[in-house]
Amino acid sequence: MNIHEYQAKLLLGRHGVPAPTGVACDTPLKAKDFAQELFEQGQRRVVLKAQIHAGGRGKGTFKNGLKGGVQICGDAEEVYERAKKMLGGTLVTNQTGPEGRVVSHLLVEAASDIKKEFYLAVLLDRATSRPMVMVSTEGGMEIETIAREKPEKILKEIVDPAVGLMPYQARKLAVALGFTGDMLHSASKLFLGVYQTWWENDASLLEINPLCVVEQPGGKASLVVDAKMSFDDNALYRHPDILAMRDLAEESPLEIEASKYTLNYIKLDGNIACMVNGAGLAMATMDIIQHFGGRPANFLDVGGGAKKEHVTAAFKIILGDPNVRGILVNIFGGIMQCDIIAQGILAAAREIDINVPLVVRLAGANADIGNKMIAESDLKVASASSLTEAASKIVQAVAQSPK
Amino acid sequence: MSILVNSDTKVLVQGITGHFGAQHTRLSLAYGTQIVAGITPGKGGQRFEDKVPIFNKVTEAVEATGATAAVIFVPASFAADAIIEGVNAGLELVVCITEFIPAKDMILVKRAMRGKKTRLLGPNCPGIVTPGDGPGSQGGCRIGISPGYIHKKGHIGVASRSGTLTYEAVWQLTQRGVGQSTCVGIGGDPVNGTSHLDVVKMFNDDPDTHGIIMIGEIGGTSEEEAAAWIKQYCRKPVAGFIAGATAPPGRRMGHAGAIISGGKGTAAAKIAAFQDAGIAVAPTPSHIAETLLKLM
Repeated sequence: MNIHEYQAKLLLGRHGVPAPTGVACDTPLKAKDFAQELFEQGQRRVVLKAQIHAGGRGKGTFKNGLKGGVQICGDAEEVYERAKKMLGGTLVTNQTGPEGRVVSHLLVEAASDIKKEFYLAVLLDRATSRPMVMVSTEGGMEIETIAREKPEKILKEIVDPAVGLMPYQARKLAVALGFTGDMLHSASKLFLGVYQTWWENDASLLEINPLCVVEQPGGKASLVVDAKMSFDDNALYRHPDILAMRDLAEESPLEIEASKYTLNYIKLDGNIACMVNGAGLAMATMDIIQHFGGRPANFLDVGGGAKKEHVTAAFKIILGDPNVRGILVNIFGGIMQCDIIAQGILAAAREIDINVPLVVRLAGANADIGNKMIAESDLKVASASSLTEAASKIVQAVAQSPK
Repeated sequence: MSILVNSDTKVLVQGITGHFGAQHTRLSLAYGTQIVAGITPGKGGQRFEDKVPIFNKVTEAVEATGATAAVIFVPASFAADAIIEGVNAGLELVVCITEFIPAKDMILVKRAMRGKKTRLLGPNCPGIVTPGDGPGSQGGCRIGISPGYIHKKGHIGVASRSGTLTYEAVWQLTQRGVGQSTCVGIGGDPVNGTSHLDVVKMFNDDPDTHGIIMIGEIGGTSEEEAAAWIKQYCRKPVAGFIAGATAPPGRRMGHAGAIISGGKGTAAAKIAAFQDAGIAVAPTPSHIAETLLKLM
């Protein structure tokens, strides 16, 4: 699960990690009022940041023509006018796809006088099975780009989970980034707070990009200027406060529907839907569709048993995607026998009225009986004895179907 | 011969009275696996289906029955506790079937296992099967949830991160009359006990394993690590398959560990590593067995 920047800054704040003064606003008036407060406190510029779960906001464009999902304003009236265009607008960035995302909240913040930018992230290092803190002097750049172009600019510190990030490790990272004197201590403290925020909330990724050294009336300070945070779905059961931050508007409606039936569904942009039992086989089925020249419309794992109620729900979700022109069902009947699975698929197909080509491939115990039941049914469904045959059949059927 | 388990392995089941644990205990017993004990705290002294004695604690079960391996079916929120209980009881092998365990729990479990002798398989895995020579490969050792009948006793070692995709490969072998020494599911989680490399090393050392199938998927670098080792040291033919060539970056494809993040863990990188190591890569999941058999 992902959360918005303003929510991540809230969680960081609870662990003493400083960010610019700011508030999330859902109306232009609220944005203006809060900005007014900031201006009255002597703030010269205020920044409006569109809250969507996608990067590239600064360089994004609203469908109404406004350029930039991050706007800097010099007075409250300007805040009001810009907020009016941003709120409810659809922002398209290089990460949202052409459909973009509707902006329902703006983070209204005091604009910082940025002197230096850094990159900081906490994540799981799979090679060591331990947490890892990663920093770079190349703040503001995407980490993928830094890793590709300047891998030597990335510093990593592996954390022993028995003791957590130790202060000496935080200082080591701060020194590597060039911090000295008092700033060395405040930056180290910030790193420790960021690590705690990641660990205690069962986050999977916490990325601060950029972490900035800013000039404030009281002197220089380190601040989190942008934050991105995602969580381990398996641990959400013990974090009701984080679950409450879930923004359903950011998720695909079909994926939300699928999750109600404990189906693992991910929408893709092809036109051949697939329904498979098991995640590995589901990925492999998408791959074989592409191998035969088709494009998969989704990833869908219906679970080990592929029971009738799951299959029915799965057909409904698959057909909820208007791009779908054909369906490939691929089930390995392990513990549950293929004739039972065939019965379930046929019953579900009868209930749903499937109007696109459907190919079913069953393997495992009683596969012959199951495939015969499919082939001999009165429904418009083809059976296949191998995955190769099934994939080539559905790709052909879709290529030949009208539209 | 085989790796990790054989028909003599004495197995205890943690979570034997739950629905899932009970179902698969029955199947393992029917397969011929020596299930010698079950653990359900509070039900110690009872018997599972009049056969298998139930204990409150793993240590009691080990003392009474001589079990050396455990299989875990307890719910995710209790799984870390169950694994560490098995580890501290001195078991040789703990196989954790449970899915959806928080990554943080597994980070702590692995830390707690440091210096202990126990090998952990999984979590979120189908388990391990060493086929026997009875009908439907019965008489071997089946720990976990794999269908027993798809196996056949023989000389191919199979290591995989996924369940049904493994069954697919094993079934392809069996249908061609080719048997397996041991089939190992290492699990689909980002933090797991045993890696591809660990399993490949054991197969390399097992005189009864003549060829290896390694099935991987997007996410992490476990396949690349194994490939680098194979390139230098493996004396046996290896065929592989990587699932997820069509998976979009940044999305978790069912398995918690199947995610391309920060540009790492792509199918393309893994396939390139396989090819560089001389591992024959199956072009589709239907060609896994065939790809290996061409090398034999």
